[in-house]
Amino acid sequence: MNKIFEIPLYAYERSADQDAETPVRRKVVVVGAGPIGLGAAIDFAQQGIEVVVLDDNDKVSFGSRAVCYAKRPLEILDRLGCGKPMVDKGVEWNIGKVFFDERQVYQFDLLPEDGHEFPAFINLQQYYFEEYMVNRVRELQEQGAPIEIRGRNKVLKVEEKTDHAAILVDTPEGQYHLEADWLIACDGATSPIRGMMGLDFVGRIFEDNFLIADVIMEAEFPTERWFWFDPPFNKGQSALLHKQPDGVWRIDLQLGWDIDKEEEKKPENVIPRLKAMLGDDVEFELEWVSIYTFQCRRMETFRKGRVLFAGDAAHQVSPFGARGANSGLQDTDNLVWKMKLIFDGIADESLLDSYDYERIHGADENILNSSRSTDFITPKSDMSRVLRDAVLDLSEVHEFARPLVNSGRLSVPCTYDGSPLNSADALLDGPARTRPGSPCPDVPLGDEFLLPKLGDKFTLLTIDAEAPDSIEESGITVTRLALSTKTDPTQMLKERFLGEAESGVYLIRPDQHVAARRPSFDETLIRAAIRRAIGKE
Amino acid sequence: MSDLNLTPNIAGADDFYAELLATHEGLSKADSDALNARLVLVLANHIGDRAILSQALAAAALKSEE
Ligand SMILES: Cc1cc2nc3c(=O)[nH]c(=O)nc-3n(C[C@H](O)[C@H](O)[C@H](O)COP(=O)(O)OP(=O)(O)OC[C@H]3O[C@@H](n4cnc5c(N)ncnc54)[C@H](O)[C@@H]3O)c2cc1C
Repeated sequence: MNKIFEIPLYAYERSADQDAETPVRRKVVVVGAGPIGLGAAIDFAQQGIEVVVLDDNDKVSFGSRAVCYAKRPLEILDRLGCGKPMVDKGVEWNIGKVFFDERQVYQFDLLPEDGHEFPAFINLQQYYFEEYMVNRVRELQEQGAPIEIRGRNKVLKVEEKTDHAAILVDTPEGQYHLEADWLIACDGATSPIRGMMGLDFVGRIFEDNFLIADVIMEAEFPTERWFWFDPPFNKGQSALLHKQPDGVWRIDLQLGWDIDKEEEKKPENVIPRLKAMLGDDVEFELEWVSIYTFQCRRMETFRKGRVLFAGDAAHQVSPFGARGANSGLQDTDNLVWKMKLIFDGIADESLLDSYDYERIHGADENILNSSRSTDFITPKSDMSRVLRDAVLDLSEVHEFARPLVNSGRLSVPCTYDGSPLNSADALLDGPARTRPGSPCPDVPLGDEFLLPKLGDKFTLLTIDAEAPDSIEESGITVTRLALSTKTDPTQMLKERFLGEAESGVYLIRPDQHVAARRPSFDETLIRAAIRRAIGKE
Repeated sequence: MSDLNLTPNIAGADDFYAELLATHEGLSKADSDALNARLVLVLANHIGDRAILSQALAAAALKSEE
């Protein structure tokens, strides 16, 4: 049987654009059909914006790569119509164990908060994730949505023009020219487009290599995340074991800097390492092996004229904390509604400056967290190793040391504090977690949940407060969603959105981040908040 | 905001110092370093206050107050 990542899912087909006399102008061209490019394209198509995706390949991700998906990206994917299949197929986990040397030092429970439609985390192979996204593209196409994926269309050249990007594409049948009003570069960590445009990519490269192996085995290991510091089977290094669906297990083994990558990747070298870890009697089959060097870096700016960068092309982090794909999806979640407003003539291009501000803020937070994890996992000096080992030794006997153990701080969405789109917080007794800039937390509403009701439009959420059913401002219709804590048996609405306040009125953006909040409706101030949220105040 | 106490505060200073040395007695350099590291972490947790901890780090680094 072929593996899903061996079957072409968007095989090359000749496009009429290849036969055009003069280059065809497209509204949006997305380069890269990885998770971020596909996420962007689905979002555009759902908004009725014509989009063409170009990818030099015709298959989903080779090997699993990303395996851990957090709540916020799952919520975004639900809005894009592929969150539920992921949760259905994915493996949920809450328990993690930490080992040091030969012993387990402690275990933790993520203790996910109740009252959310989506779990805190699922594990799922990246190839399934991409397959579900391609399925969603097909579904949209059947409904007549203007979305197209062109497999084996490799971008060779991108030139920035005043009002478009000129693209040269190579295909199995030769080259063709294409133009895009806007180009979204989601072409991955090595981003050829970044290179073609001579843009920088600065940050820190960690001098370390990791062997990443996916093995298929019938094993008794529970559905938990196991992390080893300095284990007997990988002395002086670290290791990770994590479960995926279909009896596939992710194993990460730190190898150190001075190694021969090609040698280490050979099955005759990989298998003995895995046997030392799993035990001699465990039967397993290697599905995928790869060696990685991690980097934490980002572009200085994510926009260059009509070209916008998102996902790994714009920023890269070490995988400790599962922040790559998770944060990339937040990029396009942030970008697409803004572009829609620009296309509709409602917002000016300058609204895109807030994409840079907000997502660079997100990237920096992710880079900070994942650099710190990497520094804990791979101490850079003798004293940092002494301190690291002291934390681990103490964590076995004293609870206080456990929060200091850092084997990856799992991805959480960032709050856009200080964003120019936020209005000053006017709900003074309100909870910090829903201050302006925050992603709305989910809340159960009877048999339903809050986030799907917010959808992808501006919403005026009123809680025990009066307001008009809808407001027209600067070409935007903001619809009211009226809720009451009096009919909320769980009181989670109060806890997450009111805190000590009696009532609240929230202006929520299409990406479900809070733009403004106040205790009651005030027409002048809410209108100003709407204008501010689209870059017009 | 409270400040790091940098005036004498340990009753029986000689006793404490002797106990500190005794805890290290017979340990190799590596084991002593590890013990010191654990001690720092235990004490830091007891203090807890982030501002005081920063002042303590600066004091230990023999940095004069700006
Ligand atoms: C071992 C490992 C573990 C990871 N674990 C996690 C995890 O648990 N959670 C998580 O969130 N993230 C994780 N990540 C990160 C995650 O895999 C990436 O962040 C994610 O794939 C980025 O998606 P992307 O769409 O930006 O880029 P990619 O997935 O790299 O896609 C880029 C696409 O662009 C195409 N392309 C490139 N150049 C051209 C060109 N010139 N013309 C046309 N097409 C082109 C490529 O074919 C490719 O399809 C992990 C990564 C690794 C390596």
